[in-house]
Amino acid sequence: MSKRIFMQQEAILDIIQGMARLTRKHLQERKIPDPAMIGIHTGGVWIAQRLHQLLDIEPPLGQLDISFYRDDFTRIGMNPQVKPSQIPFDVEDRHIILVDDVIQSGRTIRAAMNEIFDFGRPASITLVSLIERSGRELPIQPDIMGLEPPLADNEHIRLQGPDPLVLEISGHPGNREAS
Amino acid sequence: MNTPIQQTDAQGRLRHFLSIEGFRREQLEQILDAAESFAMLPGRQVKKVPLLRGKIITNLFFENSTRTRTTFELAAKLLSADVINFNVNVSATAKGETLLDTLRNIEAMHSDMFVVRHQASGAAHFIARHAAPGVSVINAGDGRHAHPTQAMLDMFTIRRHKGDFTPLRVAIVGDIQHSRVARSQIMALNTLGVSEVRVIAPRTLLPAEARSLGVHVYHDLAQGLEDVDVIIMLRLQKERMEHALLPSEHEYFQLYGLTQARLKKAKPDAIVMHPGPINRGVEIASEVADGPQSVILQQVSYGIAVRMAVMSMALGGTAGETQS
Repeated sequence: MSKRIFMQQEAILDIIQGMARLTRKHLQERKIPDPAMIGIHTGGVWIAQRLHQLLDIEPPLGQLDISFYRDDFTRIGMNPQVKPSQIPFDVEDRHIILVDDVIQSGRTIRAAMNEIFDFGRPASITLVSLIERSGRELPIQPDIMGLEPPLADNEHIRLQGPDPLVLEISGHPGNREAS
Repeated sequence: MNTPIQQTDAQGRLRHFLSIEGFRREQLEQILDAAESFAMLPGRQVKKVPLLRGKIITNLFFENSTRTRTTFELAAKLLSADVINFNVNVSATAKGETLLDTLRNIEAMHSDMFVVRHQASGAAHFIARHAAPGVSVINAGDGRHAHPTQAMLDMFTIRRHKGDFTPLRVAIVGDIQHSRVARSQIMALNTLGVSEVRVIAPRTLLPAEARSLGVHVYHDLAQGLEDVDVIIMLRLQKERMEHALLPSEHEYFQLYGLTQARLKKAKPDAIVMHPGPINRGVEIASEVADGPQSVILQQVSYGIAVRMAVMSMALGGTAGETQS
């Protein structure tokens, strides 16, 4: 399978800057003064760490490993690299900004929301993603998105990191669709 | 008949957990890593996860054990599985049903997993050999043979307190001869690469083949405890006294009871463990059992997380391949 670098750290950080701006605007419009942020393991956490800093959010950053909430557990089994989820603040009635690196099927986000609710009932969840790509299987859309690269169905985009952050595409662009 | 049961499938995924024997270090560490995530759950509003929703787990206990059965039951429930408890006292085996008949009957209730405790060594293996494809078996203690989940929760406790296994010196004290826990612990400690495992016991409670298990043997408690990082006390079973293997509880305590004074022989930060239930004043003094170096109650909590890890790993990734 061919692998190629799609984007380097500098460009990615520029995009994250833009996402921070959009998120701030979103929070003002929704009149959310004091949000908390949760990153989804692994790539989502890397982006969340930077956003968390840029937005100057007070509660510590939460980290979610959705291994225990996957809907394909009975098919694929336990993720051997499972890490504990850590949300070091009270979720109850809190406005949450949920951060992931790539949104494709939407299943990860569904699992993440299910897990967040087991920590408490949040006031709201805002979804932020670096990449939005085709292939949605559930009605889940990001509120804020950094980039929507045109990708063929059999192309995969992956964020490598954390230092430096690099976006990599693997697979063949044979039947790239117009986006 | 005696072909060994494969505890993992072709992809190396856990299917049965019958004995520590046959597992590699990375595989045991994977169980401990998963348990680490489950150990975080009690801090949350909802303490359970949906991993095993729709699965049925049967606790098949032919030997009484409130604590072990309860932690298995709780572990299954926290994984969202449904649980059947099948106890020998109230069951048909008392009416002459064979082990195999019992198994077939419960299988007809579509159980996905059996958690088996039996007084006969090899009972869990027997059930694993005869269970339908796709049904997992966890050994919750068979005769004098093995009690692998107890050993793993002990390893989890040690790792939580000591971090790395490699430099550790661990002493197991008491009735090694009759202890399935000790056997599994020794195997797990050696697989995880501790630097030294010691067993400390009177000659009558030590199996002849003890040295072949890869341990150093001591008959003197104070000597054996010198500079150890971890002390694992075993429960002294009273029936041993009846079989004249030991003179009296009092004398046993004099020679092999863990007291505060003897504990001082170990490293100052040594932890004291015990699989429970403890006999105060027989194998361990109350001041030690309740003292700052004791981690006995933490072992009970960790037992739930470790059993969740083993159960979920054994039942994950099984859909669509029940016949293969």
